[in-house]
Amino acid sequence: MLTVFGIPIQALLGQLLVGLINGSFYAMLSLGLAVIFGLLRIINFAHGALYMLGAFIGYLLLVHLGIGYWPALVLVPLIVGLFGMAVERVALSHLYRLDPLYGLLFTFGLALVIEGVFRYYYGVSGNPYAVPTLLAGGTNLGFMFLPNYRGWVVVASLIVCIGTWLLIEKTRLGSYLRAATENPELVQAFGVNVPLLLTLTYGLGAALAGLAGILAAPVYQVSPLMGSDLIIVVFAVVVVGGMGSILGAIVTGYMLGLAEGLTKVFYPEASNLVVFVIMAIVLLLRPAGLFGRDA
Amino acid sequence: MSEATLHQERAAASVRLERALVALGIVALITAPFVIYPIFVMKMLCFALFACAFNLLLGYTGLLSFGHAAFFGGAAYFCAYAVKAWGWPPEAGILLGTAGAALMGLVMGFLAIRRQGIYFAMITLALAQMFYFFCVQASFTEGEDGIQGVARGTLFGVIDLNAPMTMYFFVLAIYLLGIFAIWRIVNSPFGMILRSIRENENRAISLGYSVGRYKLAAFVMSAALAGLAGATKAIVFQFATLTDVTWQMSGEVILMTLLGGIGTMVGPVVGAGLVVGLENTLATSGFPVTIATGLIFMVCVLIFRRGIVGEIYVRWLGRGG
Repeated sequence: MLTVFGIPIQALLGQLLVGLINGSFYAMLSLGLAVIFGLLRIINFAHGALYMLGAFIGYLLLVHLGIGYWPALVLVPLIVGLFGMAVERVALSHLYRLDPLYGLLFTFGLALVIEGVFRYYYGVSGNPYAVPTLLAGGTNLGFMFLPNYRGWVVVASLIVCIGTWLLIEKTRLGSYLRAATENPELVQAFGVNVPLLLTLTYGLGAALAGLAGILAAPVYQVSPLMGSDLIIVVFAVVVVGGMGSILGAIVTGYMLGLAEGLTKVFYPEASNLVVFVIMAIVLLLRPAGLFGRDA
Repeated sequence: MSEATLHQERAAASVRLERALVALGIVALITAPFVIYPIFVMKMLCFALFACAFNLLLGYTGLLSFGHAAFFGGAAYFCAYAVKAWGWPPEAGILLGTAGAALMGLVMGFLAIRRQGIYFAMITLALAQMFYFFCVQASFTEGEDGIQGVARGTLFGVIDLNAPMTMYFFVLAIYLLGIFAIWRIVNSPFGMILRSIRENENRAISLGYSVGRYKLAAFVMSAALAGLAGATKAIVFQFATLTDVTWQMSGEVILMTLLGGIGTMVGPVVGAGLVVGLENTLATSGFPVTIATGLIFMVCVLIFRRGIVGEIYVRWLGRGG
């Protein structure tokens, strides 16, 4: 059997795939965090809860209304996005003038409430969400067996990440957004409705989290706790990458997912810790983060 | 009456009120165990000290740590392990827990102060989570069970801590000692420099203070005092578990401080009392605690940022928060 450093290549590639899947979710979530932080200057602690909300809405649509995976892929981001916009209008918009820490604390409270509600009604155990029939089964790539759905997750997350990046860097709406990040007063003076832009941005970030959630539903179990464990790792990803660049957030997400997968092969005990260790090393060597501009 | 004398009168009134409150508080704490279940009061005292230690960092230095559970729960583990596995007396166990928390504070603080504001919060959260995963896997913490059946032992080899009242007054002594230490730190020249960093870090740098060192010192002191609270709690309850190192615990201490009043001496004590009391009430009602804490968080941030004690200061005593 083919081996690398005494590890069967099958096992290595298998764990790298798991790492790539995790990395896809890190990338999508840290992308959303970076988009929100860029304009609103708020670290969205509720991002993990919105991701969980996305998975749960998908699950509930299927169980109660019989709405399957593909329509849910459109409906879920829409619902979570609208929810996010409502939160921004009602609460977050009152916090912009304050220390950004208040935004973090508010969204922390929001995350506790969302999570608490779902824990109260659905318990802590996971609910399985079946892989859509179109993507069931797997493909033999010759050197490894690839479950089709996992391949789809990687492709879909790449599409989402690149799509968001293009939206922000290449479209007119994106140029307003970037301009408002630099100087909101001036952009407002040019007749752009900045408060609306802020609402849309938070909605976009929330929708991205919801989309990640429904994509994750068939991979992981749909459980009320799925978001909170993930969000802290994503924070570490954000510290490593720095939130100065959208592309940086995406690349760091995939990289750290792969690093985690590799650690599972060579030293499984440390696989939970490796992202945090990398964060500590980056803080020592390059405090502003790999792609960071602001400290 | 002129504006200046009015201001003086009010300042004098607030000092008088504060002294009266402290005296009243000490009397209340001495009589409390005869009226209320002592274990419950001891729990409140441990959390009050924890919140005050946290407030030393957030309220007086302006640093939001989202990882203080690591010090609180970490010290509880160190203390419980030393007492149970090595047969150390309780006072030595508590000292070890405090020292261990201070050392962890030194390492975590050294990394975290390299970034500011929002990043500082995320880094402390991530490092504390790393410590949580470490505690889940390490063998000395005994995993999901935690370290159970820690003997309270005899203090200094003579005082038997198994009697509830003796234990209570030991905890009260530690609490008062911790609060006194925080009060001294806050009102020392060192504390003034911390406040100047909170108000305007760049100005403090331009005045020639090595801000990084002051922040790190404050972080270590805060961690050590949080550890003192955690180690004492381990002796009181005779166990140390994973609950105390979770991010929810880090959030809880933030809530206590926010609810009571950030940057006030008495606020975190009031907040801790309310949160512990609320949890006790909810535990029997079936209403989930996380929803209640989450809602209080949101309400506090939106309309009640000064907290209870902060509001009292501003409304009745005309003192800025």
